[in-house]
Amino acid sequence: MLNINNIHANAGDKEILKGLNLQIGAGEVHAIMGPNGAGKSTLGNVLAGMPHVEVTGGTVDLFDKNLLSLEPQERAAEGVFLAFQYPVEIPGVNNMYFLRTALNAQRRYRGETEIDSANFLRMVKQKIKDMNMRDDLLKRPVNVGFSGGEKKRNEVFQMSILEPKLAILDETDSGLDIDALKIVADGVNRLRTLDRSFIIITHYQRLLDYIEPDFVHVLADGKIVKSGDKSLALELEEQGYGWLNQ
Amino acid sequence: MSEIDKDLENKAVKDRANQKYKDGFVTDIESDALPPGLDEDVIRQISAKKDEPEWLLTYRLNAFRTWQKMNNPDWAMLKIPAIDFQAISYFSAPKSSKNVPKSLAEVDPKLLETYDKLGVPLHERERLAGVAVDAVFDSVSVGTTFKAELEKVGVIFSSFSEAVKDHPELVRQHLGTVVPARDNYFAALNAAVFSDGSFVYIPKGVKCPMELSTYFRINAINTGQFERTLIIAEEGSYVSYLEGCTAPMRDENQLHAAVVELIAMKDAKIKYSTVQNWYPGDEHGKGGIYNFVTKRGLCQGVNSKISWTQVETGSAITWKYPSCILRGDRSSGEFYSVALTNNYQQADTGTKMIHLGKNTKSTIISKGISVGQSSNAYRGLVRVAKKADHARNFTQCDSLLIGKNCGAHTFPYMESANTTAKIEHEATTSKISEDQMNYCLQRGIAEEDAISLIVDGFCKEVFKELPMEFAVEAKALLDISLEGAIG
Repeated sequence: MLNINNIHANAGDKEILKGLNLQIGAGEVHAIMGPNGAGKSTLGNVLAGMPHVEVTGGTVDLFDKNLLSLEPQERAAEGVFLAFQYPVEIPGVNNMYFLRTALNAQRRYRGETEIDSANFLRMVKQKIKDMNMRDDLLKRPVNVGFSGGEKKRNEVFQMSILEPKLAILDETDSGLDIDALKIVADGVNRLRTLDRSFIIITHYQRLLDYIEPDFVHVLADGKIVKSGDKSLALELEEQGYGWLNQ
Repeated sequence: MSEIDKDLENKAVKDRANQKYKDGFVTDIESDALPPGLDEDVIRQISAKKDEPEWLLTYRLNAFRTWQKMNNPDWAMLKIPAIDFQAISYFSAPKSSKNVPKSLAEVDPKLLETYDKLGVPLHERERLAGVAVDAVFDSVSVGTTFKAELEKVGVIFSSFSEAVKDHPELVRQHLGTVVPARDNYFAALNAAVFSDGSFVYIPKGVKCPMELSTYFRINAINTGQFERTLIIAEEGSYVSYLEGCTAPMRDENQLHAAVVELIAMKDAKIKYSTVQNWYPGDEHGKGGIYNFVTKRGLCQGVNSKISWTQVETGSAITWKYPSCILRGDRSSGEFYSVALTNNYQQADTGTKMIHLGKNTKSTIISKGISVGQSSNAYRGLVRVAKKADHARNFTQCDSLLIGKNCGAHTFPYMESANTTAKIEHEATTSKISEDQMNYCLQRGIAEEDAISLIVDGFCKEVFKELPMEFAVEAKALLDISLEGAIG
């Protein structure tokens, strides 16, 4: 479903990704782990097409589409969702209005009819209930005054509305206490389906106790240096990243 | 400059700068105009054309003599080109209205068409909307709807000229009491040459059953528009008044110098909303309306309230400070403003809150959005007089910059002669951040929609003060002003 082939990418003047390869099948959950500065977040930004990273070589195909040729909003509509490490605040714009604008923009791109506000409201109310989240979240401005946990939960909630094919979670566990982590993980698990794939970027094994990955990859110095199943995460937890260099 | 700035600069802003002004059509209609020029004789002619009483002519002439001794104000953050007052025609009326239409059926169909294009139907549609409309075309009022229904509850809503004829005592008693002719250069000019406008009188205890609305339109070439609005709300009454303005696209600058006076007696409330969309000039700064307006409300009575809400998107130059004089104890004043400038537009706008009574309260929320090469200044005065015990003011002044060539400035003035006064001022200046833009893009929202979404959110506190129909219009207008043809 997703085929990342020999990707090189810069952030600023610095080369961060140095020939990264990764294949992801439909419905698979891949965890990307690695030391700080290895390029984990850059990978997420490359896939989402964020303008501050520059791809200098390689290809990325999502199904049969050349992802790198698409604008960020087009990639979103093609099914790429990035849960940000630091979700941004948008004062004055309520969450529900924001989401409906986003969903309808995606639907328009895909040639689908827009969803009207009554149906949208129904859907949103149901989903927020499914996610065990409070519905005052809907009326508040996007992320404004949200706690760290609420922001991350809001990302997962947005994911549930936008129903991506590929969801990338960029250090969604950072800054969360164990209860918030469980809620977020629970939300993600609910969204696992046979055809939705996940990339879970994380520094710690902890999140993977709750979201069980099919594959674990270690990203170091811009490349995947080791891949394995979930036991690799436990190994990393025990031994740190140092042994990889030996 | 970051990527996103470049993007904004290169695509959105430039496209936006090329947006078309949707109300820029000219109505081909014969008009009866005075030749350009200004002297006492012109003023006598205006007065004679309107068949005015002697006292009003005297008022005008005195104002004119005052004006002659005054100078164009130069303290605003505006580059104001010299205005040749002799090149302007001070009176223009659609010819067909020479014999004043007795009903809407007699109004020139072309005029009605013009207002239809502007979305101001004088016919049945406004009945549904429940808005009574007075439309001023160049210098004269061309039709006031719903007159009869309003009269039933004693509300007087008419053109200013009619009010002078039908209710001279009310006009004479209040005209110039809030904005005296000597107040400032443009107020003096208006007092000398004002042509028409609206008059509203709400009797004691009456809650005006519908929104009252005036649409101003400058059509004729080389014409200035100098309308005068006077609203009197008697004890315990309430009125919500809406004002909209448009003008054709012309290469020449046109002058608009209006005066609005509001008077609220004990327990009365006046809500005055403006959507100003005068022609702003083209993308090179050619043409556009010079908008020099004096708007002031007097909270005369105890517990009275005046609330100004304005959405300013038009005009080449905007010089406008809707103000409140809080004379009655416990009276309150509010000012909610969104001012968007684009291309080479300049705006210096804000308010004055003059606290004279005890326990008076004022709220100022100003949102300035600058795009392109434009300059946008907030200028506000909060003055607390010696006897105004426990006066309170809250001011919040936010500026949003889009692109890197525009400017935003804030000039808050505070003068307090009473130690019990509490004055709060908050100000922010922000740009649409790269992170915000990325966030929107990642969710599938294209750049232009993202800007509109963020701007809409930025203005929300003000939009929610507008009556419903106007809020929709204001949002649409802002979107048009922010619209570009990306792609």
